[in-house]
Amino acid sequence: MYAFNEGAIPVVDPTSADGIYSLLWLIIALPLAGAAILLVGGRFTDKWGHLLGTLLPIGSFGLSLALFLDLVGRDEADRQVSQHLYTWIQVGGLDVGADLLYDPLSALFLLLITGVGSLIHVYSIGYMAHDPRRRRFFGYLNLFVAAMLTLVLAENYLGLFLGWEGVGLASYLLIGFWQHKPSAAAAAKKAFVINRVGDMGMSTAIMMLFVTFGSTSFTVISEKAGDASDTQLTILGLLLLLGACAKSAQFPLQAWLLDAMEGPTPVSALIHAATMVTAGVYLIVRSNFIFELAPHAQTAVVVVALISIFWGAAIGCAKDDIKKGLAGSTMSQIGYMMLGAGLGAAGYAFAIFHLMTHGFFKANMFLGAGSVMHGMDDDVDMRHYGALRKMMPVTFLTFAMGYLAIIGFPGFSGFWSKDKIIETALADSWLVGICALLGAGVTGFYMTRMMLMTFFGEKRWEKDVHPHESPSVMTGPLVALAALSVLGGIMLAGDWIQDFLAPVVGSEAHDDPPLPALAVTTIAVLVVAAGVALAWMLFGRQAVPRTAPQDVSFATRAARAELYGNQINDGLVVTPTRHLVGGLLVLDKRGVDGTLTGGATGVGALGGLARRAQNGFVRTYALSLLGGALLVVLALLAVNLA
Amino acid sequence: MDFTKPTIEYADLWPLLVVFGVACAGVVVEAFVPRALRFIIQTALAVAGILVALAGTVIVARDLDVLGDGVARGAIDAEGTIAVDGPALFFWGILLVFALGGALLFAERRLEGGVSAFAGQAAALPGTEAERQASTRGLEHTEVYPLMMFALGGMMLFSAANDLLTLFVALEVLSLPLYLLCGLARRRRLLSQEAALKYFLLGAFSSAFFLYGVALVYGFSGAMGFAEINEAVRNDIGNQTLLLMGIGMISVGLLFKVGAAPFHSWTPDVYQGAPTPVTAFMAAGTKIAAFGAMLRIFYVAFGSDRWTWQPMLWIIAILTMLVGAVLAIVQTDMKRMLAYSSVAHTGFLLTGVLGVQAASELADGEVTSLQAVLFYLTTYGFSIIGAFAIVTLVRDAGGEATQFRSWRGLGRRSPLVAGLFAFFLLSMAGIPLTAGFVGKWAVFTVALAAGAWPVVIAAVLCSIIAVFFYVRVILLMFFDDDDVTAPGEVASVTKPSVLTSATILVGVAATLVLGVVPGPVLDLAANAGQFVR
Repeated sequence: MYAFNEGAIPVVDPTSADGIYSLLWLIIALPLAGAAILLVGGRFTDKWGHLLGTLLPIGSFGLSLALFLDLVGRDEADRQVSQHLYTWIQVGGLDVGADLLYDPLSALFLLLITGVGSLIHVYSIGYMAHDPRRRRFFGYLNLFVAAMLTLVLAENYLGLFLGWEGVGLASYLLIGFWQHKPSAAAAAKKAFVINRVGDMGMSTAIMMLFVTFGSTSFTVISEKAGDASDTQLTILGLLLLLGACAKSAQFPLQAWLLDAMEGPTPVSALIHAATMVTAGVYLIVRSNFIFELAPHAQTAVVVVALISIFWGAAIGCAKDDIKKGLAGSTMSQIGYMMLGAGLGAAGYAFAIFHLMTHGFFKANMFLGAGSVMHGMDDDVDMRHYGALRKMMPVTFLTFAMGYLAIIGFPGFSGFWSKDKIIETALADSWLVGICALLGAGVTGFYMTRMMLMTFFGEKRWEKDVHPHESPSVMTGPLVALAALSVLGGIMLAGDWIQDFLAPVVGSEAHDDPPLPALAVTTIAVLVVAAGVALAWMLFGRQAVPRTAPQDVSFATRAARAELYGNQINDGLVVTPTRHLVGGLLVLDKRGVDGTLTGGATGVGALGGLARRAQNGFVRTYALSLLGGALLVVLALLAVNLA
Repeated sequence: MDFTKPTIEYADLWPLLVVFGVACAGVVVEAFVPRALRFIIQTALAVAGILVALAGTVIVARDLDVLGDGVARGAIDAEGTIAVDGPALFFWGILLVFALGGALLFAERRLEGGVSAFAGQAAALPGTEAERQASTRGLEHTEVYPLMMFALGGMMLFSAANDLLTLFVALEVLSLPLYLLCGLARRRRLLSQEAALKYFLLGAFSSAFFLYGVALVYGFSGAMGFAEINEAVRNDIGNQTLLLMGIGMISVGLLFKVGAAPFHSWTPDVYQGAPTPVTAFMAAGTKIAAFGAMLRIFYVAFGSDRWTWQPMLWIIAILTMLVGAVLAIVQTDMKRMLAYSSVAHTGFLLTGVLGVQAASELADGEVTSLQAVLFYLTTYGFSIIGAFAIVTLVRDAGGEATQFRSWRGLGRRSPLVAGLFAFFLLSMAGIPLTAGFVGKWAVFTVALAAGAWPVVIAAVLCSIIAVFFYVRVILLMFFDDDDVTAPGEVASVTKPSVLTSATILVGVAATLVLGVVPGPVLDLAANAGQFVR
């Protein structure tokens, strides 16, 4: 079936599904059915809707796990399975099947989406307990899970795009879930609009793929990718990168992610940290057969990744809103994944590895933040927190696990995954490697700041706030995720993840780094320690003011303003577009409408004039009859005899 | 000179004879039956006569002989004067169906509180004591039924006439009863009588042109029969000037009847003044009959000389659509608006007349000109009768309230009736999923296939203008406030008897069905085949 050579770009060549794999479609169908039942069933499902909405993703998780175990037991060359459901579109040369592809890459994603997704569903039962629209919330969550599963299971770009748009829709619905808040509605709109920019890139890429290869199927394109010219491949790579940037909140399309925190916290954890925002990374890794042949596009990926690492980190350093701080961190961490993906065959596996561990610890910390907010009357300002470790011991301990994982404390999951990316980056180039290393130090700084401001130091609580631990339905998932945050690094044991993903992304030992691996690791740990220490100096030893100080450096002000990303968008895009639209509007009113209404007025005036002939006198009518008759006869004579 | 007994093919002609027979019987009923019984007997007689004639038409249509190459079915009867062929029988069929609707509207007595829409005593001067007496005694003219049957017979004969003299006789038979009927309104009698007189004077004037044209064509060809004229035209045997003037003058007579510009000026006045049931009947009937005659004379008698008359019809078609659409915009009276809209429809129908005539020139599945016009007439007939039937329902203290301002907000007061009216208007505007759309599509396509694209462009533009005045009425009914209208002017819907309701419902159903599944009727029109020559 599949001959695997070191360094070669693997070809997608699945066998058709049989046995347990024929249940593949069910993984998507279960949450989709949940969404349908909850959203169509209306208030009749209010009582038990959230339970059903939780059970169905758990069912998908069980199925994913069974498939995964079976896949691991299979021969390495036989780990790609496809299932043809039906012919989706057949128009002329365009023949798209509703096909699913199950291979190691999608297997890992299935586990992440359904596993973390299920935990977050469970958590939401407690978090949304008092919301009158809880049933609808679970319906949207199920819709999201189904769409995300479609995205990672599709066997062609069009199916992927279906899921891509589906998660965009679910994200829009969930960001704006509390639609009574204008800020939430605006945030949802903003996320949607910015994502449209990426979607344009995606859809253009898909059209171009069809034009170039005559198909949108991974199987066909991975086989024919070498036939396309370098320019075509570079353009394709850049277009796909544009799509990835929007979905994964990477520079320059990052501005929506912080606003997206308007959604309920479980949404931030599931969609805007653990799964959906990583779809861009998935897209690039999945399209490895294109990027491997388009080095310029790969360079662009690396550049975008590095900018995003620092952009997100800077935001994380300055935000006092705990969720926005985490959102900045998400952007930065996805930057690491993009970096891994941009490094080519040596980095794909590590990008996915970091994606998995990040899914664990970031979901963990977001849910922890939700738990804190739950106890603090939905206050998100960290300057109003402090000394919460005693009031919320479970939340504190689980959050701490996530914290240690994200900063890369030796032994925790994040340590292994980030270290590998830094190592690969160093091997690729000094500059990229050092940037990645510095980023890790900044991560240590901003996460320590968050930890200290929230759980340590003085009480800075608002009046009438009585922090308390959350119910066990919320802390249970926290514990599970904390365990995963600690142990996630196990995937690297014996290079398992590289070997497992090799049939999809190929494998290529990176060049020897300029320093021994152990030295790189040591330096990384030291850099992180420096960041942590700096944070301790600033926020641990000194009291944190209850209101943010205003006499701060330009850099802090800029970081607080998200490095002016919104202003840049406004200046570069929004305002010119407004002017353009205004101009078009004037053109429409004066030109198009003017022609129309002018035409209508003209016709009306003509009617008024012609009406005078209709004066009611028979003599006039008879005259017009006579005139008409003369005209007809004379015209006939003139035309035919002349 | 020997007299030869003419052969009359009663087997083919009996539906026509039934109609004339019932008309004559109606006259006898008027003479001998007591006044109290006349209404019921006349109504029953007319409806039964129409139904029998309809059944007869179907029977005759099933037994038509296929002629020659199979494109035409039927025979030329009564010594070459009447052609009973597929198209003629199609015309008869729809004429009878619409006459049935007309008869039901004639018989409606609930709207006027127990009497019909016709004058109690036409001879009594308006505003006199005699008129008041006639009205208190509950008098009514049941002569309208025989008059309608005579008109119907004339229409049927008009669309089947195969020589010029028969054509002229049919023209007069259909016109004279209509002149009378127009003057018989119960309310606004002066307006009605004025309309009747205008119609009569102008009709007589146009008949004179027609007859002069007949004489000139006879002078050219030495024959009255269409086939002989066609032979003469093809061989170009006579004086071309005579022929051209003849064609022109005959056209004037026919174009007057269909209401084409510039011969349309009677239409709004007569449509407005005539009793609304009569308006409904003649709007559908006269148009069908006149188009039947026009198609036959142009295709059969002058068919081989198409390029002499087609440019003239191009201009007339464009002018008619333009005049109808533009003038409809400035109307403020529902009946006048519908009258001008019917002028516009005449233009659209003329567009269809300009299309490709021979099925052999068309690809499989394309419609011929004749087929398109037949279909259009069917759809138009249903919606115009339905629309006028609804006009009879919308009333205020003074009878029918035809002013636009009275219709304001009708959609809120009587959503069903206003909704149905809106549906008829949408069909006339040619909105998809209504019959009107398919009809317009058919006539535009055939005209386009024949290369008459300037006419089609004008037709499309006029359709856009037409949408404006139809939709304006819908806006008026559904979206305008009625508080700006003075209390006395607000019209409301009077509940009709089953007669009018049935007419409206059949119109709605047909308009909907022909819009959604036009296939069967288009096939029927295609099966009618070509004219027998």
